[in-house]
Amino acid sequence: MPYARYGRKVILQGNEACAKAAVYAGCKFFAGYPITPSTEIVELMCSEMLNSGGTFIQMEDEIASACSIIGARWGGKKAMTATSGPGFTLMQEAIGFAAVTETPMVIVNVQRGGPSTGQPTKSSQQDIYQAKYGSHGDYEIIALAPASVQEMYDFTIRAFELSEKFRTPVVILADEIVGHMREKLIVYSGEKRIRAGYRHYVLSPQDDFFTGNNTLVEGQLHDSEGKRVGHLPNRSAYYVNSINRKITRHIDEIEDIETFYMADADIAIIAYGSVSRPSLKAVKTARGINVEAERRMRLLNRMIGRKIDKNPYSHLNIGLIKINTVWPFPEKRLKHLAEKCKYIFVPEMNIGKYFREIERCLKESRVISLPKLGGDIHTPDEILMAIVREVGNSE
Amino acid sequence: MNRLMERYLRLDYLPTLFCPGCGNGIIQYATIAAIDKLRLRDDIACVSGIGCSSWIPCYFNMDVMHTIHGRALAFAQGLKLARPVKNVLVFTGDGDCLAIGGNHLLHACKRNINLTVIMVNNHIYGMTGGQKSPATPLNCKTKTSSWGTYDEPIQGAELAINLGATYVARWTTAHPVQLQKSIEAGIKHRGLSFIEVISQCPTQSGKSVYGSKDPAYILNYLKENSSIYKEGMEHLEGKIKCGVLWHDNDRLEYIERMKGKIWEYVETKALGGYKQ
Repeated sequence: MPYARYGRKVILQGNEACAKAAVYAGCKFFAGYPITPSTEIVELMCSEMLNSGGTFIQMEDEIASACSIIGARWGGKKAMTATSGPGFTLMQEAIGFAAVTETPMVIVNVQRGGPSTGQPTKSSQQDIYQAKYGSHGDYEIIALAPASVQEMYDFTIRAFELSEKFRTPVVILADEIVGHMREKLIVYSGEKRIRAGYRHYVLSPQDDFFTGNNTLVEGQLHDSEGKRVGHLPNRSAYYVNSINRKITRHIDEIEDIETFYMADADIAIIAYGSVSRPSLKAVKTARGINVEAERRMRLLNRMIGRKIDKNPYSHLNIGLIKINTVWPFPEKRLKHLAEKCKYIFVPEMNIGKYFREIERCLKESRVISLPKLGGDIHTPDEILMAIVREVGNSE
Repeated sequence: MNRLMERYLRLDYLPTLFCPGCGNGIIQYATIAAIDKLRLRDDIACVSGIGCSSWIPCYFNMDVMHTIHGRALAFAQGLKLARPVKNVLVFTGDGDCLAIGGNHLLHACKRNINLTVIMVNNHIYGMTGGQKSPATPLNCKTKTSSWGTYDEPIQGAELAINLGATYVARWTTAHPVQLQKSIEAGIKHRGLSFIEVISQCPTQSGKSVYGSKDPAYILNYLKENSSIYKEGMEHLEGKIKCGVLWHDNDRLEYIERMKGKIWEYVETKALGGYKQ
């Protein structure tokens, strides 16, 4: 297939963009089980796998989906599955297995409201801790939180790259809003070549099956040949350290934080996923940036970010820090970015979870959680009013 | 040293963690002999779950995946679908396959995907120390049924026939040669082959099921109490029904069926829509 250097513009739903990106990233095996709101990924993957010469199978449950993609990855095919809250809970044991055997796998979790059946058709960010701490034992995971359809596309490709590089499960923590939103995005045709096998990050055997290397994939703690060491305390500790270290030591290569208007900000909003979009709008409103004018100015290739008009929030110097790689937690970088900020606001579509991580990290600033439950996203006004309530009106 | 042992076992991993007198060694030998006879070493992978039985392939010097409890069949299906021309052997136990992995057994049998499932039935949860399993016979005192079991035991082979497996056999560890031939036939068979092996567990089921911890006694008991079934023969009541219980070559295998359906779709619909 000819490789298009420049993509083409299309309008797609977040879930569809995710499926297209998986095909572009070279996904050749998809196992899934339909669950609202991630069903569109399963549906589209069915036909995409047919077109791209891969294999699609609808498994009997999410446990089997997660297990079979690990099996397929050892068969040498890049594999992905997609699910939502309850299904993600079922997959946790397999995620732990992938972490301990150092198997690359990509799991898309289009979050919905919980707990249990919860709010199947509404959005939330309640799985943020489940993504990191869901399976038992000590392991590190990489989780990416897209905020737009374009990011859903780009992050899916990045998830495949990261999972192959660090040989670890990667979770895409999308939510229902991103999953079901239709937007313009740039997609590429053909297939991206993703390099596999970075020996220096990995301890376990990593040769694919049927290559004549007699690989032993062992769920128990093991050494570099796959031989179990679960009964030997020192070597077990070394192994657990090693699978954690390969992520925490290379956090510079993984982390991805975007900042908006942070140069002179003393109030920061830290957001991830779809909530970062009303947050950005709030920042722009406070700074008096007319979105239309900004667009026009960009066309004229002029300076952007200039204050245009006065409003009740003009005294607030707000900036936005958007965390794209929510796990591993980018502690060092965040400290550096937010060191000048007196107030940190953390809007989230849950009861205030990620806020605790940020509070722990930024001890100098006052960190305020802006939780929102019920399945609706924050409006920019809500965020701004909460900030004014805390910081105070202008004199 | 046995010739096959040198070639097929990871010698530095020995000794195995099996108890003295365990039946797993017999199954290990039968499997290796079958693989050696078919000369399939490079084209075969073993997948296993959790439990004593699932440690069988971990000593094989082949591509082996030792996975999580009950999900061996799910892993194996993924591996098989990724590499359809290769053979996948699944080692599982009565608890692993019939209790926690029952759903995967149901769907793998229904799909009739080309796997060879070797279910080692020792009638007990051996690794955890002798608890009741779905295959424990009635009135057996185990650690979790100190008053005797009252759950009707599941007959793995009969269940697999009913679920749609196309090659089903049952042997005991007292029939190693027949078991080896069955494994060969199972690997060659296109479709899901389910081989139940009734194995002695002198440590745990010796105590609660057979009443003696002597492996030789249990092997003798298995030999005397089994009747080899042949088609059209009447089965003796109260004996273990051994032999090839079901062999159906007519039902299409899952991957063949999938590919056939996709081609049908491509030829009738998709090609018509393309612009040349």
